[in-house]
Amino acid sequence: MNPSPPPPPPRDPDLLEEALGLGRGGSPPWRLAFVEDCVETSGAFVLHHFLKRALSTEGDGTVVFLGLAQPFSHYDRVLRKMGCNLSVQRNKNKLHFIDLLNLEFLDEKGENDREIGFMDLYNRILRSIEAIRSKDNNGGWTTIIIDDLSHLEIAAHGSVKHVLDFLQYCRSLTSEMDCFLVILNHEDIHSSDEALQMLSHLDYISDILIKAETLSTGIAADVHGQMTVVIKDAPGGLIKKLHSFQFKVKENGVEFFYPGSRF
Amino acid sequence: MATAADGRLLGARSANTSSFSRARSSPSAVLPSPPNPGVKVGPNGATFVSSGIPDLDRILGGGFLLGSLVMVMEDADAPHHLLLLRNFMSQGVVHRQPVLFASPLKDPRAFLGTLPSPVSLSKEHRQRDTLVDHNQQDQEKGLRIAWQYKKYFGDQQSSQIHNRDVKQEFSNDFDLRKALERQHVQYIESMSIQDIPRLTILRDRCSNFLSGLPRSDGGNLSAGRIAIQSLCAPQCGYAEMVCIIVYTEPKDSISGLGLGCLYQVSEINYSLFKCGCCGNVSHFISFACISEEMAAPGRYIVVYEDKDMAKLLTGYQDMLGLLHVHKVAHNNSQVPTVLEASTFSLKLQKRRSLSQLQNMMDDGFPGLFKHTTNSQLTHLQSPKLLVSQECFFMGCNHSMRAMELGTKILRLLFIVSLSTSAA
Repeated sequence: MNPSPPPPPPRDPDLLEEALGLGRGGSPPWRLAFVEDCVETSGAFVLHHFLKRALSTEGDGTVVFLGLAQPFSHYDRVLRKMGCNLSVQRNKNKLHFIDLLNLEFLDEKGENDREIGFMDLYNRILRSIEAIRSKDNNGGWTTIIIDDLSHLEIAAHGSVKHVLDFLQYCRSLTSEMDCFLVILNHEDIHSSDEALQMLSHLDYISDILIKAETLSTGIAADVHGQMTVVIKDAPGGLIKKLHSFQFKVKENGVEFFYPGSRF
Repeated sequence: MATAADGRLLGARSANTSSFSRARSSPSAVLPSPPNPGVKVGPNGATFVSSGIPDLDRILGGGFLLGSLVMVMEDADAPHHLLLLRNFMSQGVVHRQPVLFASPLKDPRAFLGTLPSPVSLSKEHRQRDTLVDHNQQDQEKGLRIAWQYKKYFGDQQSSQIHNRDVKQEFSNDFDLRKALERQHVQYIESMSIQDIPRLTILRDRCSNFLSGLPRSDGGNLSAGRIAIQSLCAPQCGYAEMVCIIVYTEPKDSISGLGLGCLYQVSEINYSLFKCGCCGNVSHFISFACISEEMAAPGRYIVVYEDKDMAKLLTGYQDMLGLLHVHKVAHNNSQVPTVLEASTFSLKLQKRRSLSQLQNMMDDGFPGLFKHTTNSQLTHLQSPKLLVSQECFFMGCNHSMRAMELGTKILRLLFIVSLSTSAA
């Protein structure tokens, strides 16, 4: 009699994974992914998806998570319903969680202090990645997930320059330390020219752009929105491929489907 | 999933590695105090506080999420956003939750005089209840007097709203005609934000308020409320981005506490509070609704009379205004909350005018409230606030009717509640 049950068959990749080239496991073919959402449709579920995938046992991935938008308990609960225990992963050092409340430079008024604060944050991320690298050399990759960028803007007291500098530093990590960067941003909150420029800059430097928006017909209970995945052949290069489909968010995952194909 | 299995195996040894969350309190433990009616526990470990309007609680699926941010954008022409603020604060007083009120008025306590009193039961019920055993009544009085009010009450007879006449429910109906008694209003901490040079002063005051909240003991959750009126009013001295204050408040959160907060943004300052900033705050907020005025003849300074609307909507004449829910909180879950309809109408249950309140309001808008020269309250049946779902708007989410209502500027209602509970 078999003492252990046979391993479950690998499930088919969903539309998002196919679009992102994550279909058959292995490391993603891109380095920097931007997720854009709007007020009516929150794109946080994409980050949860990345988080779960990175921490799954199939890969040996590790995650440095800047969970600035919500407390750790929120992510813990959400991921638990998706079948991933964040507390266990944190204890195993596969997940490094950086909380907004731990950022100490929020009260600082001087520009220098803010710069120092961002430098500290960057150093923290760097130290986490170095610690991960030194421990296991299984070849697993590290994903840095930032949720979300507008909180960094607030930490910078509205200074777009500091945020962009910080992002450039993080981007350098993707090549030097073999990491992947996933950032969540809101597209409908920027009204000043400077902030709009930042949006264009972010679009420019990304390899992949994932946009979650509401349906043009309004909010519906069975289809929560539509997703557009833009893949570029090089940062700042031409658009290689464009995927568009709809999604419905559930407690234990997300359903992706083409319009009209869901029964 | 292997990780889940590991969690279960280790669950016996340490609580935080278990995939299953422990029940709040073991059945064998003795409950030290009666459960707090002001805080309700919902699915996904979410806790709610009441908004003060039972219908609104029902629509939102339980009330305001404890720890969520709600913002209400005022409309200078439509006064009913203040009703939300008042009901919110009065509900806090009824449940004996500490309330902090910040207002751009020179004397915020003037506004506190306009808070409505909860509807008390009819006279017959009252007579029946007084026949009950006095001992039990005294015991219950003792239990009900919360610690923070004890120093004010002393030997005084328990006030009317805390005796058995008003049931300790999660959400009370409020009599807009009748003002809350002075003795209750005095517990509400208030501050004026008119002359403060920086928003950090307000933030620090909120932090102090938060640290002063009683901690939850055992399974008894406690909550506090912060109500900020006209955060972006032009008479205020600060001009910083609102989102900063919104963000920095959770920094001072203490686990185990909950906070419900409501604040309003003045319309006049809408230009300062740009769309971008507005959207920024929208992302922090968990619940938002738009308050619109309706072109009701004879009630407001009417832009025009909408006869088509009168034909289409039932009970058009009874409506105070419209409430557009922009966004609803969902905590501890990634599934968005989708309401059946996003626009609701505000009605008074008994179609009577309200007196007394007009005189106490700072902005001298005309319309809804009838002026009275004497201070006597007329003997009318108490008007209660109802929020009903307009059948017309069903299925018309992002309704275009909102745009068609004319030149009124849509006001977003965001209610801000600070998250201090760590699940």
